[in-house]
Amino acid sequence: METPVVHDASATRVHDRAIRVYAVSLLGPATAAAGLIWAILQPYRVTLLHPRGQGLWWLVFEPPLFVVVIGALFTVLVARPVLADLEQADATTR
Amino acid sequence: MQPRAEMIHWAFGAMILFVGLCLVCEALVGQEVWRMRRWRGYLWPALAFALGVFLWPVMAFFTNSAIHMYAHGSWAEVLMLAGGAELALVRGRLTSPLWRLTWPLAFVTAGTAFLVHEQNPWFFARSAFLHHLLGWTFILAAIFPLALMWRPRSSVLRGGFAVMVVAVSVMLLCDRDVAPVFGHLSPLAGAEHR
Repeated sequence: METPVVHDASATRVHDRAIRVYAVSLLGPATAAAGLIWAILQPYRVTLLHPRGQGLWWLVFEPPLFVVVIGALFTVLVARPVLADLEQADATTR
Repeated sequence: MQPRAEMIHWAFGAMILFVGLCLVCEALVGQEVWRMRRWRGYLWPALAFALGVFLWPVMAFFTNSAIHMYAHGSWAEVLMLAGGAELALVRGRLTSPLWRLTWPLAFVTAGTAFLVHEQNPWFFARSAFLHHLLGWTFILAAIFPLALMWRPRSSVLRGGFAVMVVAVSVMLLCDRDVAPVFGHLSPLAGAEHR
């Protein structure tokens, strides 16, 4: 026999877990997308697009690219292993 | 040969953004899942400690005034202290939760240093505006790590702490040495550049 209260609690837990998974998997790509949009809106900030005559520091420090790289690094190094661990933790509690 | 001050702000902004993303992720999944892999527990405290270490060369090379040196030096000290204490807490070398008070201390010190070392008014230039904004953000955001002392498992407080760190990184990435803010740029600020 299944009570509606238990069913609702289980459904809420599944819903919360799905939201967490979506949020974690979106963090990195959303950050990288923000950097990309910034680069499109202010292309003069990306000196790699017009490197002639630029000094070393202007070629190294390009904030929109920093944001894209941080988003990508976070996705690969942090978000993916966290998602795998989240799946594993959910499997053990089921 | 020295990079511009704004470039240093961007580099620190990028590193702080990574720390902020880690904190947001930890707040979302919870500490148990976050620490399922041991290295991840050390990740953001180690980065915070490293940021403190990197602030020492900033203090040594960006010597516009004595107050800049004091500000950068105090940030370096409190970041190393808070990052180091967090590392020791994760490792289990420190057990007293009172060590977590190093975070509100770091935030209040950073905020005060931002406010004290910016001697121009809010609308002097964008960097002045952002220094004031960063200072008050740090001081007000100290409430999150302080409240976490009493409610360490609160996801709302952890989320608030994380969002504040991300906000600080965005402000640092928006910094420019000489640029207008909401159309205001003092003629005393110098010639505007990109």
